Amino acid sequence: MNLDPKIPSGPLAEKWDNHRFEMKLVNPANKRKYSAIVVGTGLAGASAAATMAELGYQVTALCYNDSARRAHSIAAQGGINAAKNYPNDGDSVYRLFYDTVKGGDYRSREANVYRLAQVSNNIIDQCVAQGVPFAREYGGYLDNRSFGGAQVSRTFYARGQTGQQLLLGAYSALMRQVGLGTVDLHTRHEMMDIVLIDGHARGVVVRDMVTGEVQSFAADAVILATGGYSNVFFLSTNAIACNVTAAYRAYKKGAAFANPCYTQIHPTCIPVSGDHQSKLTLMSESLRNDGRIWVPKAKDEKRAPNDIPEDERDYYLERKYPSFGNLSPRDISSRSAKEACDDGRGVGPTGYGVYLDFKDAINRLGKSTIEARYGNLFQMYERITGEDPYQVPMRIYPAAHYTMGGLWVDYNLQSTIPGLHVLGEANFSDHGANRLGASALMQGLADGYFVIPYTIGNYFATAKTEKVTTEHPEFKRAEEEVRGRIDSLLALDGSRTVVSIHRELGKIMWDYCGMARNEQGLKKALELIPELRQEFWENAKVVGDGENLNSALERAGRVADFLEFAELMCHDALNRNESCGGHFREEYQTEDGEAKRNDEDYTYVAAWEYKGVGNEPVLHREPLEFENVQLQTRSYK
Amino acid sequence: MAALVRFLQSTILSKVVVAVTGLFMVLFLLGHMTGNLQMYLGQETMNVYAETLQGLGGLLWVIRGALLLFLVLHVILTLRLKFLSMSARPEPYAVKNYVRATLTSRTMVWSGVMLSLFIVYHLLHFTVKATNPAYGGLFDAAGRHDVYSMVILGYSNVLISMVYIAAMILLGFHLFHAIESMFQTLGINHEKYNPIIHGLSVTLSTIIVVGFIMIPVGVLAGWIALPAGVIVL
Amino acid sequence: MKLKLHIWRQKNARDKGKMVTYEVDGIISDMSFLEMLDVLNEKLILNSEEPVAFDHDCREGICGACSLTINGIPHGPEKETTICQLHMRHFKDGDEIYIEPFRARAFPVIRDLVTDRSAFDRIMQAGGFVSARTGGVPDANAIPISKKEADLAMDNAACIGCGACVASCKNASAMLFVAAKVSQYAHLPQGQPERKRRVLNMVAQMDKEGFGGCTNQYECEAVCPKGISVASIALMNRDFFKASVTE
Repeated sequence: MNLDPKIPSGPLAEKWDNHRFEMKLVNPANKRKYSAIVVGTGLAGASAAATMAELGYQVTALCYNDSARRAHSIAAQGGINAAKNYPNDGDSVYRLFYDTVKGGDYRSREANVYRLAQVSNNIIDQCVAQGVPFAREYGGYLDNRSFGGAQVSRTFYARGQTGQQLLLGAYSALMRQVGLGTVDLHTRHEMMDIVLIDGHARGVVVRDMVTGEVQSFAADAVILATGGYSNVFFLSTNAIACNVTAAYRAYKKGAAFANPCYTQIHPTCIPVSGDHQSKLTLMSESLRNDGRIWVPKAKDEKRAPNDIPEDERDYYLERKYPSFGNLSPRDISSRSAKEACDDGRGVGPTGYGVYLDFKDAINRLGKSTIEARYGNLFQMYERITGEDPYQVPMRIYPAAHYTMGGLWVDYNLQSTIPGLHVLGEANFSDHGANRLGASALMQGLADGYFVIPYTIGNYFATAKTEKVTTEHPEFKRAEEEVRGRIDSLLALDGSRTVVSIHRELGKIMWDYCGMARNEQGLKKALELIPELRQEFWENAKVVGDGENLNSALERAGRVADFLEFAELMCHDALNRNESCGGHFREEYQTEDGEAKRNDEDYTYVAAWEYKGVGNEPVLHREPLEFENVQLQTRSYK
Repeated sequence: MAALVRFLQSTILSKVVVAVTGLFMVLFLLGHMTGNLQMYLGQETMNVYAETLQGLGGLLWVIRGALLLFLVLHVILTLRLKFLSMSARPEPYAVKNYVRATLTSRTMVWSGVMLSLFIVYHLLHFTVKATNPAYGGLFDAAGRHDVYSMVILGYSNVLISMVYIAAMILLGFHLFHAIESMFQTLGINHEKYNPIIHGLSVTLSTIIVVGFIMIPVGVLAGWIALPAGVIVL
Repeated sequence: MKLKLHIWRQKNARDKGKMVTYEVDGIISDMSFLEMLDVLNEKLILNSEEPVAFDHDCREGICGACSLTINGIPHGPEKETTICQLHMRHFKDGDEIYIEPFRARAFPVIRDLVTDRSAFDRIMQAGGFVSARTGGVPDANAIPISKKEADLAMDNAACIGCGACVASCKNASAMLFVAAKVSQYAHLPQGQPERKRRVLNMVAQMDKEGFGGCTNQYECEAVCPKGISVASIALMNRDFFKASVTE
């Protein structure tokens, strides 16, 4: 397997410029002769489809939602980073690059991250021009805030709905192209497989979710922008239908899957309230600016939080990390909450929750100030839990949120399959082992607006593939396979619902491959997952037919892929004998419980090659070379 | 003409026409009401006023024509919008509840239709005098058409008075939504002025309703009485 | 908690459809309304019946997919709350609940409670954008925008495109949806060059899709999960008139 990252030559700051000059161009008159399929219409997919269509390429866009506007990018709250340095507080492209590499615990590719920091400024310009209503100061200029523990204010935001506004910007650009007839958009179409001809990605097989029809689309290149796989945990902050299917299908067809064990657990989510729970809701991290996190000192504490005296409370983050305290990074905060709960000191009906208390802040600043800062979040919390956080401390618990791992891509965002490009959360490239707040939106839009439109031209100009149609036997074969798979899912007539199996898988993954992992647990998971997979194929029940909208069938297809993918995650977590970023191996920690990286042996990207269901995948390594940043230990004491 | 048709095909512009014609009709109502209230000033004043109006000649017909056109446009366009709206939801809800829409606002088309029927009756009653041809033969001492007596005779019938009073209350409900709505359709909606618009809407509809009702009420209560010498038919 | 549900069932667009009554038990107050439906669906599947199809995705009130009419009110009784954020604590044991799709000719039912809202996308395609080519734009701070105007633009941009405005309206009018987009751009300098074209094209497409006309009853504003103001409709009326007269 060829893992050449194709990093351009020259000094870091000049690589992207050099590369843009070196890449081959497609003559303007010839652009309409090239076509691409974009799967997914989130930030990365919508921006890529719209921009490529603007350039003149023929674009087909697909999404599973009823409208391109509903992709889960819409749920991002906090903001988007850019190195504009508008507040004049010492930010620069290099600083954003440095912070991102460090935040990723030195497991990302320098050149990619630098490019990301470079184009971050163009993204803000582009979004403003589209009419994205970012927050402004009274003088009329853009407002910034600091976010996720960054020491500079570089986050642009639109109230608590930044993701929504950016997505609607990209969606409107996409709608404009659809209206002009340059993008052929198919909503409620789910990608079922990818089609390779002569080793190149040449199209996809999709299922029309309304009519059940299985059909194909052919093109000169395929672009996946299909998001992350947090739903492998069943409960996550992802939307219900978010899935790994598209990426996993590509992996099965030969694309390497990189660093699947890098998953981010977000510390401030509303805790699970019972077995009925279908998803977890994130509360903005900004709450930690004023809230104090604590658990009772005693195990099995039964008193109401306000009845527990001050000296019987453990403000564990303030105790363990005096300098960062409640603002410690996501991975550290999450892990500490888990430790407290595993110790039997968790709160709430399930015992999996910690208090986030605003009493001191309300006493210090007054209720009205707290209301002005967090009013909408408090309201949301009350809506979901029925408790008033002005009176009773909030209860929070970590939840699976974002996945840094994804399909392996080179500097051009091309996977190991020629012609198959991967953007946004679906690829692995920029966040290393841990993503910083307000960086996901930046990466999605960078890939879609400013990277793929250039690199795809180079691919078209150099690949010189023959034209194919969906009449090609490879398409027919893939369609038959998909139909066969749908039929076998519909034939499942056991005694368990697919959701119950998904929930069980989620529990296995959360327990053994979640916030903290160890060799024994991962091995256990690798025994349990195949058993559960067998249970699925023997005992799951799928009702309905394939000719109508069938939500049970859709769910079954996605869960079937999660059941295979979960094993890959565990293999990767087992292989990485170190703790870094979102991947914490209990065996590899310092005496005081901090993550211990092993730069000697693991400064590489683990890219996995598929070898059949149930067979161990093959590991390929892309060594990471750091020429500009010196590897250090992250410390927040 | 083609441009006008195209103009009226748009739902928004149709509504602008409905609002503008409605505005003129409200202004007319205010004038009509003020004129009618002269009933309280006695036979002489009322009949002089009526004669002056009749003396306008051609201009009177222009005004009448315009009012008729406004009314017809107002009715036809709202009916067309109503049919559009009805076809916009072919399958009704099994259960439907409203949070904010009022009964008045939801029944505009019905109050409108009833008011149209009332206008026809009103014209037949007092203007064309088709229902009571004898009204045409009423003259006062100065030889003017005795509108004053005609009105009193008309409202002396309790049933007829009740019809008029009911119609005016219906008009009130119609105006209550209509006046405020007119501002919105014409694009006037501002946080700062909305309370004023609302107040204006309530005040105007109340004034118009009360003003008109005061006449049949005055007749029935005996505040406005027939002059001597008029034969009660 | 035990509930009696009356749910619209319709196999596909061609099917006639009818209300079907179900009973669910074991509902707890911490469940969201959609989780209550999940419970029903799990039960139906185990009984070899087809689950009730309904649109949903993010389940945190922002994607705009969920679209149920609960007892005659789109998104149910709670103010500024999507159905996915409505919790069962607002109901009590023994309640009867009517669950219907968002009804409008322009939103044909695909299955059960799932409707086709692509009319909104087509309205957006007609003009819901600023034509700004990727890359060819000035620095973000080159155009100052007053905080007040930016906030007004944001108020309108908050629309999640769920269609509750249409579903609640007696006339199935889409004015609030269209006006929110028109107003967002009308409040921003970036929206000015295409302002007239935008409003003309979007309204023309709206009329073409078969939505009803607005009769200023403001039910849309009352049910809008994002509280979008009908002031946007007044602005659109103004803009549309101006554009119709001058273009």
